[in-house]
Amino acid sequence: MLTFTIRRLVLAVPTLLFISLVIFLLLELAPGDPMAQVPLTVPPEVKEKMREALGLGQPMHIRFWKWLVQFFWIEPQVLIDHYFGTSLSAGDLRVISWQTRSPVMDIVIQRLPQTLWVVGTAYVVGTLIALPIGIYSAYRQYSVFDQVGTFVSMIGFSVPPFFSGVLVIVIFSVNLGWLPSIYDTTLRVTDWDSFVQQLQQMIMPVMVLALQITAQISRFMRASMLDNLNQDYVRTARAKGLSEYTVVMLHVLRNSMIPVVTVIALGVPSIFGGAIITEQVFKVNGIGQLLIGAIQANDLPMVQTLAFIFAVLIVLFNLIADVLYGLLDPRIRYD
Amino acid sequence: MTESRHDAATDPRDEIASLVVHAPGVGPQPSRPPRSQWLDVWDQFKSHKGAMWGGVIFLVIVLGVVFGPMLWPYDATYIDIRARNQGPSLAHPFGTDQLGRDTLARMMYGGRTSVAVGITAMLLALFLGSFVGVIAGFFKRLDGLLMRLTDLFLALPLLPLLLVMMLLFREPLSAAFGPERGIFILIVCAIGITSWMPTARIVRGDVLALKEREFVLAARSIGTTNTKLITRHILPNVLSPIMVSATLGIANAIITESALSFLGLGFPPDFPTWGRLLFDATDYLQQYPERVIWPGLAISLTVLSVNYLGDGLRDALDPRIRGR
Repeated sequence: MLTFTIRRLVLAVPTLLFISLVIFLLLELAPGDPMAQVPLTVPPEVKEKMREALGLGQPMHIRFWKWLVQFFWIEPQVLIDHYFGTSLSAGDLRVISWQTRSPVMDIVIQRLPQTLWVVGTAYVVGTLIALPIGIYSAYRQYSVFDQVGTFVSMIGFSVPPFFSGVLVIVIFSVNLGWLPSIYDTTLRVTDWDSFVQQLQQMIMPVMVLALQITAQISRFMRASMLDNLNQDYVRTARAKGLSEYTVVMLHVLRNSMIPVVTVIALGVPSIFGGAIITEQVFKVNGIGQLLIGAIQANDLPMVQTLAFIFAVLIVLFNLIADVLYGLLDPRIRYD
Repeated sequence: MTESRHDAATDPRDEIASLVVHAPGVGPQPSRPPRSQWLDVWDQFKSHKGAMWGGVIFLVIVLGVVFGPMLWPYDATYIDIRARNQGPSLAHPFGTDQLGRDTLARMMYGGRTSVAVGITAMLLALFLGSFVGVIAGFFKRLDGLLMRLTDLFLALPLLPLLLVMMLLFREPLSAAFGPERGIFILIVCAIGITSWMPTARIVRGDVLALKEREFVLAARSIGTTNTKLITRHILPNVLSPIMVSATLGIANAIITESALSFLGLGFPPDFPTWGRLLFDATDYLQQYPERVIWPGLAISLTVLSVNYLGDGLRDALDPRIRGR
């Protein structure tokens, strides 16, 4: 198991390097100029100095190397400094945003909690709804419940978040006036009232994201249960007189959870991608909105860092899914 | 006995083989004349009600957006400022927007772009995916390399990258091909390049299994070249997974294009697509909430019908389900 994990870990390193190279090269082609907003009265020599201060004007491979060093060596040091009060990173250059002229990671850290709250809650809620639906529709295949479940998950697949989000705003904010249409990130939960307010503003974004998650995971759960329900060991379990509950919930569920767990792990990064749109609809100022803002403002270091963070998430959760599969299913480990 | 008859009904080639082995008049006689494979597929497809409805609705939508603008008297860009912000009426069934443009005309015209982007991007992704899949499955030496490439592409953060690509290549392509055609090429290529991986994986798996079959060995033993072997024996046999991923590809491409337009990084503002119409309508969410419904419904209905079509197609093309 250890060698299996280590092999996967080693494979992840070139993947991440390749992705960072792709993102870097893509942004190299960008026509945007960080000096575009500097007033015309600034003389060209000074502009050239400013350009150098931003680290431009050097060959491509040196800048790529510098960016890698900044991201993988200096930023973790800053994090350690922050937690333990050391001064490892004192005087080192960090990745600077062209928009705000402050370190990119500081802004990302400010924005991350909002995204994690909304996305994380949605994922937990979506999964908790999906699993029972999947189990029951497989157990009663082709029943009315199963047909309705299929239809609802088809809708979950087909209705994009930018429509379902706007639709729930029209219904619950504009027509009924029950819920706020804009997510207020300055809200601090201090007492019961502010907690209720927080809950109210989270319901719509969480539900919109959860609909998509539920649609996907319940389909997988159903298919995986169906694969197992007709196996011989289920007949054996029934034949030796186990109760129906024990057969389904212990024997079948355990075996059919193996692929579903990996699907749940694999789905996490794609949900971060989907959250970009949902954040835009509900005006949540998380990292998705930060990315859109940075793209519109041509803030390349920010775009580069954010795209790479998304890539790290994908690789990380792929790794987690692989290792989980190996842990749950011994057959995978030995090939 | 019922088992063998069942098999004969599902695979007409077996039936013919049995006729060849036994002289006519001797041995078991087929109960009905042999049927072609596609007739069987069609029979199974017909029995899937959702797929039939999906197919009909998708056909209606495609015909509507292709021929609708020719028949409808209003032009999508015709501005009648005196008739602005109207509700549904006989002249304007879906109402008009803030500049007095007819919403139905804009919907049909926008649908043309959205459906065209969906189908073209799907074809590109399908071509890339099938090519990589067949090559990787057929040539063992390239397999590892191409599958690593596929894995790498799957690990890319697709939506952020799409947004970055839209940002970077919008200006040069608009300058080269004109604003509308340039963005069209950009969106189709961007979606195609980022969505071929699932097709490649499925096709490779099927090719790997097919390669070991006897008919491939037979074809090789009579000296068929690799190119001929692929085009004549491999490709027709992996057609069904390709067709299923085609339907999923259309749905995916339409949603991605609308998402890009919705984020303000798609087609230029005066050029309607369903995503763009939805994006523009959200500005008037408080006053005219019904305006977001039409484009959103169009996107959802198209994608839903295509998804059902794909579901039915998957069932119909799977010989294990067919005939049951």
